[in-house]
Amino acid sequence: MKPLLKVEDLSIRLPEGADRPYAVQNLSYALNPGEILCVVGESGSGKSMTANAIMGLLPKAIQAERGAITFDGHDLVSLEERRARKMRGNRISMIFQEPMTALNPLMRIEDQIGEVFLIHSDMSKQQRQARTLELLKDVGLPDPEKAMKVYPHQLSGGQRQRVMIAMALALEPSILIADEPTTALDVTTQAQILHLIKELQRKHGTAVMFITHDFGVVAEIADRVVVMQYGKMVEIGDAQQVLNDPQHDYTKKLIAAVPPLVAPEREVQDRSKQRPALSVKSLCKTYVSPGSWFKPGRTVHAARDVNFDLYRGETLGLVGESGSGKSTVSRCIVRLLESDSGEILLDGDAIQDLDNKALAPYRKKIQMVFQDPYASLNPRKTVGRIIADGPIAQGVPVAEAMQRAKELLALVELPETALDRYPHEFSGGQRQRVGIARALAHNPQVLVADEAISALDVSVQAQILELIDTLKKKLNLAVLFVVHDLRVAAQVCDRIIVMKHGQIVEAGETKAVFEDPQHDYTRNLIESIPGADWRSGHQPQPAVGKIA
Amino acid sequence: MSIQTLFYIGGRLIKGLLVLFVIAIFNFFLIRAAPGDPAKVMAGEAGATDELFLQQLREQFGLDQPLYYQLWVYISNLVQFDMGETYRQQMPVFDLIMDRLPATLLLTGTAFVLSLVLGVLVGVIAASNHRKWIDSAISVAALVFYATPLFWLALMAVLLFSVFLGWLPAFGMETVGANFTGWDRFVDIAEHLVLPAMTLGLFFTAVYARMARTSMIETSRADFVKTAKAKGMKPSRVTFRHTLRNALLPVVTLAGLQAGQMIGGAVLTETVFAWPGIGRLMFEALFQRDYNLLLGVFFISSAMVVLFNLATDLIYCIVDPRIELAK
Repeated sequence: MKPLLKVEDLSIRLPEGADRPYAVQNLSYALNPGEILCVVGESGSGKSMTANAIMGLLPKAIQAERGAITFDGHDLVSLEERRARKMRGNRISMIFQEPMTALNPLMRIEDQIGEVFLIHSDMSKQQRQARTLELLKDVGLPDPEKAMKVYPHQLSGGQRQRVMIAMALALEPSILIADEPTTALDVTTQAQILHLIKELQRKHGTAVMFITHDFGVVAEIADRVVVMQYGKMVEIGDAQQVLNDPQHDYTKKLIAAVPPLVAPEREVQDRSKQRPALSVKSLCKTYVSPGSWFKPGRTVHAARDVNFDLYRGETLGLVGESGSGKSTVSRCIVRLLESDSGEILLDGDAIQDLDNKALAPYRKKIQMVFQDPYASLNPRKTVGRIIADGPIAQGVPVAEAMQRAKELLALVELPETALDRYPHEFSGGQRQRVGIARALAHNPQVLVADEAISALDVSVQAQILELIDTLKKKLNLAVLFVVHDLRVAAQVCDRIIVMKHGQIVEAGETKAVFEDPQHDYTRNLIESIPGADWRSGHQPQPAVGKIA
Repeated sequence: MSIQTLFYIGGRLIKGLLVLFVIAIFNFFLIRAAPGDPAKVMAGEAGATDELFLQQLREQFGLDQPLYYQLWVYISNLVQFDMGETYRQQMPVFDLIMDRLPATLLLTGTAFVLSLVLGVLVGVIAASNHRKWIDSAISVAALVFYATPLFWLALMAVLLFSVFLGWLPAFGMETVGANFTGWDRFVDIAEHLVLPAMTLGLFFTAVYARMARTSMIETSRADFVKTAKAKGMKPSRVTFRHTLRNALLPVVTLAGLQAGQMIGGAVLTETVFAWPGIGRLMFEALFQRDYNLLLGVFFISSAMVVLFNLATDLIYCIVDPRIELAK
């Protein structure tokens, strides 16, 4: 088969001072007509850079130094801008990661899609409108007539991504480049969007270059796979072959880091005689957006009658999609949010109504690890101060607190020299270790991890999960693990709670919930996980290398 | 316009009236806090320091009454739209202000439009040439105009354009005694307007230019700009259809603030150029301790601020569909 697009010996130089000289080095691969080619790699692997080079959207400071991208007899690298523009959005189009920001907030959907026709065709206004409506129907937007007239902020993330897809497919391009199009979406929405891309790809015979970091997604849609590391291609092959019999060590490591979708056998402990470290009873929290004389306020039940117990030495998973209330519950528990009613018993004492002063001694017992390691550490403080500040505030002498910080760094496997350095000198995974050390500085009984790994690359995720698990055993912690990724939940949680619209719809032993979900919603969630069949225990697992 | 919008505007107007009421009381005390009173000023000018004469003047103006009673008189007159008479000219304050208002609005309005258009234009040019010499040149120029005191700029402009070059008149609004009519009068006023409007507008031109530049650069990194480029659009279309519209939002906020200052904000310029507007009126009233006139100018100025704030909010709703009014 004659390839549609050929990348040959492509090297893209990074500006001086970057962490490596080339974003992409000696890259060669081909995209065949009508196939879905997944380009996989961790952040910084150069996978998006290649896509931008194909689209001619590289930043000015970064240019292809060598090589060619051949499409339709033209070399896209050396093609003059005026002619490249004729291809862009017409023969080759692209959709992006963040549907929330990828659309112009000040333009109606109809005008944003219509613009594509305006630029590349001489259709009349009526024709443009008719075609736009057709496209919106094609991508399965509910009420397409109304969707024409709305602004982006009136649509959900999934709907916006559908609009982006409609826009990209408007002129039936030969190639669609999808740059992590489902990464920012909930798992059920992701499943729908993946399905949609596949369906439209089949219908129109479009070749799709799908960039992702998620091997689950690869298993779901890829025909062929390219694996990239540090700007170089380390492996290319058929999806089945790469997924089940990876050749390169790096691919093996990446795949091994993807948690299989099988909950391992766990010892079920009888805890009925134990007192729970944390007990939540009938917790309710409602958000009311204030109305006015003319408009009723909007009420959102973020937590409705939430009940659970958490014991020392166990990990309880709180899973659900965005808006399910899982973060609200976790924030109420550590008293970052005030709950409306219900009880929060920490070690048997009700803490929900304590004022700041009375609460202070309890703050030590329950600590939180936050989602975004880049934003949750004060950039102007040294790591040592970040860790020690909490105990110092609680009255521990400075020297003692700093000594303790040193020990904590060892505990989270960071070198002692980290003490006097600043957060920006560390990688995401290392920062999250600092975040954990900070939480542990108080010797808490309960650790609340709010999506603590979701901002990290998959291989780093595995390390942090392992660390949390080790610490849990060592320190006999009760861990509340708030997570949206069910693969992760299956691996690390002893029990899980599934939340939807502020309510617990299902709770139980992890293995039981995964193998025999009782509630429709849970079943839907599990079925939506991309690549659910792959690595579900039915196939031989690849040899697991030590994760670097 | 929906019924909700009308209700919203009504609600805002009622709130605005309350604000004005509070401001009026505050102004009243603020002015009395300054030492001296109109009687002293007038008596001083007449060369008389006779206690009896002072007493007579104070009685005539009602200044011998207790303060709370004066406040009561002022407020009760104000709610009947009566701002009293000036002490000196014995003219109704309202008439005097209305007499001077067109000149001020002409000056400040011209400066406003000029600075907004010029500032945004220059800012866009700078942003499109980000990190090139033209960007640096514009940034430096903007900083200079931003930092230079208005009156000094005005004096230098007069020196250059009026004294040395003789291109433009140095002061006033019309050529005295020329009695132009129709088109000639328009040209005459326009010529007189150039220097004061430039002087007044330059500061805000600099502010808008800096703001538009920053905002354009920031917006040009937004995801939707990349989407627009990925559609295969010409760079100029990307800039004007996508980047600029979004980048203008913060400029609108600032423009609203400037618009609110249109009446009271030109005191310096009007004084330097002898422009017969409200600013100068206020300046004179201040020296003469003409309480009624001062209070009148203050009141009209604050009413303008309240109105323009409301107008800004309404305009904001039109340019940004994400903002909802009735909240």
